[in-house]
Amino acid sequence: MLLIECPHCGPRAEIEFRCGGEAHIARPADPSALDDNAWAEFLFYRSSPKGVHAERWNHAHGCQRWFNALRDTMSDRILATYPAGAARPNITTIEAAR
Amino acid sequence: MTTAFRLPKGGRIDRTKPIVVRFNGREVPAFQGDTAASALLANGIHFVGRSFKYHRPRGIMSHGSEEPNALLDVDRGGNRREPNNRATVVEAFDGLALKSQNHWPSLTFDVGEINDRLGAIFVAGFYYKTFMWPPKFWTSVYEPIIRRAAGLGQAPTAPDPDRYAQRHAHAEVLVVGAGPAGIAAALVASEDPNKRVILCDEQAEPGGALLHDVTSEIDGVPTSAWVKAAIETLDARENVTILPRTTAFGYFNHNHVALAERITDHLRVPLTGLPRERLWQVRAGRVILATGAHERPLVFADNDRPGIMLAESLRCFVNRYAVLPGRQIVIATTGASAYRAAIDLKAAGASVTVVDLRLEGDCGTELVAAVHAGVEVLTNHTVIGSHGRQRVTGLIVAKLDGNGAVGAPRVLACDCAGMSGGWTPAVHLFSQSRGKLRFDSGLDAFVPGASVQAETSAGSCRGVYDLAATIADGAKAAGGSRAVAASPTYTSFQPARIMPAPPGQKPVKAFVDFQNDVTAKDIKLAVAEGFTSIEHVKRYTTTGMATDQGKTSNMNALGLLAGQLATEIPAVGTTTFRLPYTPVTFGTFAGPNRGDLFDPARVTPIHDWAVANGAKFEDVGLWKRAWYFPARDETMHQAVARETKAVRTSAGIFDASTLGKIEVTGADAAEFMNRIYTNAWTKLEVGRCRYGLMLKEDGYVFDDGVAARLSPTLFHVTTTTGGAPRVLAHMEDFLQTEWPDLKVFLTSITEQWAVIAVQGRRAREMIAPLIEDIALDDAAFPHMAVRTGHIAGVPCRLFRVSFTGELGFEINVPADYGQAVWEAVYESGRRFDVTPYGTEAMHVLRAEKGYIIVGQETDGTVTPDDLGLSGLVGKAKRDFVGKRSLVRPDVVATGRKQLVGLRTGDLSLILDEGAQIVADPNQTVPMKMIGHVTSSYMSANIGRSIALALVVDGRRRMNERLHVTTPNGFAQATVVEPVFLDPEGVRLHA
Amino acid sequence: MLENRSIMRREGILDQVAMPAEPSSVALRTLPPEARFVLRLGAGDATRNGSIAGLSLALPINRFGADASRLATRLGPDEWLLIGPDADAETMHADAARALAGTHHALVDISHRNVGMELSGRAAAVILNAGCPLDLGDRQFPPGSATRTLLGKAEVVLFRLADVPDRLGVAVPHYRIECWRSFARYVHGYLAGAAAEYAAVRN
Ligand SMILES: [Zn+2]
Repeated sequence: MLLIECPHCGPRAEIEFRCGGEAHIARPADPSALDDNAWAEFLFYRSSPKGVHAERWNHAHGCQRWFNALRDTMSDRILATYPAGAARPNITTIEAAR
Repeated sequence: MTTAFRLPKGGRIDRTKPIVVRFNGREVPAFQGDTAASALLANGIHFVGRSFKYHRPRGIMSHGSEEPNALLDVDRGGNRREPNNRATVVEAFDGLALKSQNHWPSLTFDVGEINDRLGAIFVAGFYYKTFMWPPKFWTSVYEPIIRRAAGLGQAPTAPDPDRYAQRHAHAEVLVVGAGPAGIAAALVASEDPNKRVILCDEQAEPGGALLHDVTSEIDGVPTSAWVKAAIETLDARENVTILPRTTAFGYFNHNHVALAERITDHLRVPLTGLPRERLWQVRAGRVILATGAHERPLVFADNDRPGIMLAESLRCFVNRYAVLPGRQIVIATTGASAYRAAIDLKAAGASVTVVDLRLEGDCGTELVAAVHAGVEVLTNHTVIGSHGRQRVTGLIVAKLDGNGAVGAPRVLACDCAGMSGGWTPAVHLFSQSRGKLRFDSGLDAFVPGASVQAETSAGSCRGVYDLAATIADGAKAAGGSRAVAASPTYTSFQPARIMPAPPGQKPVKAFVDFQNDVTAKDIKLAVAEGFTSIEHVKRYTTTGMATDQGKTSNMNALGLLAGQLATEIPAVGTTTFRLPYTPVTFGTFAGPNRGDLFDPARVTPIHDWAVANGAKFEDVGLWKRAWYFPARDETMHQAVARETKAVRTSAGIFDASTLGKIEVTGADAAEFMNRIYTNAWTKLEVGRCRYGLMLKEDGYVFDDGVAARLSPTLFHVTTTTGGAPRVLAHMEDFLQTEWPDLKVFLTSITEQWAVIAVQGRRAREMIAPLIEDIALDDAAFPHMAVRTGHIAGVPCRLFRVSFTGELGFEINVPADYGQAVWEAVYESGRRFDVTPYGTEAMHVLRAEKGYIIVGQETDGTVTPDDLGLSGLVGKAKRDFVGKRSLVRPDVVATGRKQLVGLRTGDLSLILDEGAQIVADPNQTVPMKMIGHVTSSYMSANIGRSIALALVVDGRRRMNERLHVTTPNGFAQATVVEPVFLDPEGVRLHA
Repeated sequence: MLENRSIMRREGILDQVAMPAEPSSVALRTLPPEARFVLRLGAGDATRNGSIAGLSLALPINRFGADASRLATRLGPDEWLLIGPDADAETMHADAARALAGTHHALVDISHRNVGMELSGRAAAVILNAGCPLDLGDRQFPPGSATRTLLGKAEVVLFRLADVPDRLGVAVPHYRIECWRSFARYVHGYLAGAAAEYAAVRN
């Protein structure tokens, strides 16, 4: 079970959270302007990197706020957590986080 | 009865507390402090069970949790019987009843022993190849045989009488293993009183291997005194928690370690209230693994006879339990540590011979010490077999010549034998922590490499075997240092994968994995049949599977495989060590989550009334909902017929409290509603309600419900019962992450309000006497309106809505008033024969009207248009969640399934929900299925069965005859509009 | 014609729940009906308002402030839970509504949504930890802490109140647990079950 640092509440057990998949996929401002392929891309396609991955997490049984986390999918280390809407921290390699 | 093999003094047993345990009915005298194994051995009993495949007689091989052979059925009394307990870890108490397993009719005479002689069919992979032909033999012959042969022991049939507990715990340092390294680590780590330290150990008392070391000293005191002083120091520190009888069995992410604490199994009468076991979920800042090492057995022919044990285990039984495992003992070894056992056994009065594979020149000081102690030592000797059936009677040994050739065999008579092939660090937990193992050729073992988590291994689990070095290593792991002077430890050994044997030795069984009956020959066969990966060999031969997890078998199996493949062990690698490290009861995992606490049973504020009035309940999510209210002797169908008729002829009352409710507050509330729902909300007047449909972004129906506008900036939204949490989560997600600029707040009010639905033409008359401040007439309070006021003196939000097609109200009152208001309304309705109805009648009533239920008519792939609800989609709205997906190619394509009604030819036939529909029942199989039934009931109001279905191009098939699967073949049904009653909706305005 | 009557709030949703013999080292009791409000308000607006209905909102997240009869807990960046005596419900609501008029906020009465319990005793933390994953150490969750979390399969709000003296006069931890009303029997049963073993052991 992961130990996740909520930006508001500090470190909490994973069972208090819900994961919302890949982060930084903004909903298009005008979905009707997208063609079928572009809409399908937004709706269905997600990356699944081996290494650093930005994910959406919700502290569902805590402050109930959504935030983002950078997780190394190999080690499950969480390299950073940051509020929803904030830019992705500039960590692209695991070494950089050390 | 005498305990002939109990020494007159010594050991850690309590001689003031004699006890009697039973083994297969026979009385076995013992002492408090014995294990089942030491009690049996004290009475000269080695033969305690039969092996898994071959039913070979087996004895006690080890002294710890790695025991592969001595699996016993243990009865602690009071329905506390459990199979497959390792005799070496079962603590004895007076009255404990032990039984041997895996034999019939008796331990000494077993029919299954024939398997040993038919061994040829039980070779590696026998599960996969022997039973393949002829096919028809499978069910009649092979399967029954395999089922009888598979598994050990008999599962208990009575319910488990014990309680099990669980606990989350947090520590700055968790130390696993209370041997010398673990104790040293805990001492250092706990010096800082702000550091919470947990020290756990699987044994009944801390000390690890020091518990059976009676000759070594640490800083000039016996090891037992050192342990005692250290534990007293730790115990006095408030920041230290010492957990004996507690096995760390799983190491998960972020230093989350699972421990199983055994609390009452060692007690004859468990204290009331105490749980039997407790699952600890520890989150540790740092984990120090001091898990020790396992001794390797030697692989030679018939190395499994009762009486052949690990050398260190002989030492343990004689020193810790004051039990002499035999009087004439031969110890076969390839290393030095066995000499310590030999010397201790000799000192206890046994005659001891050591047979050492090593050359005299390769031996260290242990040789002189042993000879000096009177032990006979044969160096440069191999062991090539054993004699005896139910107890070893001799080891067959031979001298090796200068070229390593095996000389003439001779038999050394014995009643007990030891074997020692060196040591294997217990890296199981390290491996579970995802740390990578590194092969150390000097130690001939895998040791921890780089850590992945905040973890440090210390002591013999990383190959540090010398006592003083182990203590220093433990202290260092905790960030300190501790230099002690201690007696030297005999540590060196010469790895031997299989003991040298004369060429052409007759077919033999030299066991590598005793528990799974895997022999050296099986591993050779697996390689010959093309298996080269250790992971494949493991599964093909079953070596290292089950509870062994490679504890005793791993290195010998790897070594043999490397030899067969003519490569080195690092190239072979090792298999993954699975959790649990040792078996854990199901009770520990279940903990308190059973019976009433298995799941929260959510009940409404009106639940007690329903119970008192005879309701039957159904589970809807976690809720208990009143299903129907049978009058005396009524069947469910009769009750539902009566309830649904009452609603259509007079009035019914229904507990709708479980409906999800959300308050949407703020200046942008209407805009938020516009974006979340398919329909438009801006123009909804205050005091009015609207039915809304909610989609996920993929365009499929997600939830539905009525929402009321209570003020320009306040909506009272209702959701389905099951959808309440996910709808709020869905709304919060969009609000927080996509539209943080909207001035909206969301609050769950599901449980603030009890909801009483009153439905039927008498509904208004029923509630009118209870309400003074709301005008109820049709003009002032039309259908789909909402008012706030008071009912029976308490505040209410009154909705004029209907899920039945009748005139109806839903009365929302603060939950604590729910039952009292219900009773008042019910009382008021008596003159109209008001009938309480349950969820089943509610379902029938809405189906008569063709109202959908999300999750019944929808399954996550249904669009508004599929349901015939495209009128609810606000096409003028620029955007809402799911809008863009409604023009996706597959959504606009023809051939989608659409909601229709079905009328069966047989009026009384109730189709199965989920039944498949075909156009032509005479087509060839596999048939083309064109839809399925989503709802199906007997309608007393219509006088026939009704059904809703999703059918390909359903709306174009009106009056078409289709065919629906039933248990008795196809039934005919005609496609009709999905509204069976009052299509004009006149009843709503009664 | 039925006579309108004043209906009393139901005392204790857990009336019918059998209590186990009270262990000496722990006390578990259910609280009477109380007034409760969810207050949602931007953090900036909260600072500007200072105190509402007599309660200061200037609190770190997951801390609460209390006077003799009322408490305010900050459960998130823009969320507070206000609790007071049942009799104060209307004045609390009116005071808060007046103070917040014109400010974007939500003030929602949830008096009936929640049920409160109190647990105190030397073993209180380990009893909670039977189903609660929080670190309840004195330094990690000192008196004045409050947060939403889990107890078994139920969501709860857990408050660490000021320590209270036990029967021997020793200060022991004291917690308040709030849960949704339909989970109350489960939460109570879970705590009572976890407390059972402390009736058996010495202390
Ligand atoms: Zn949080």
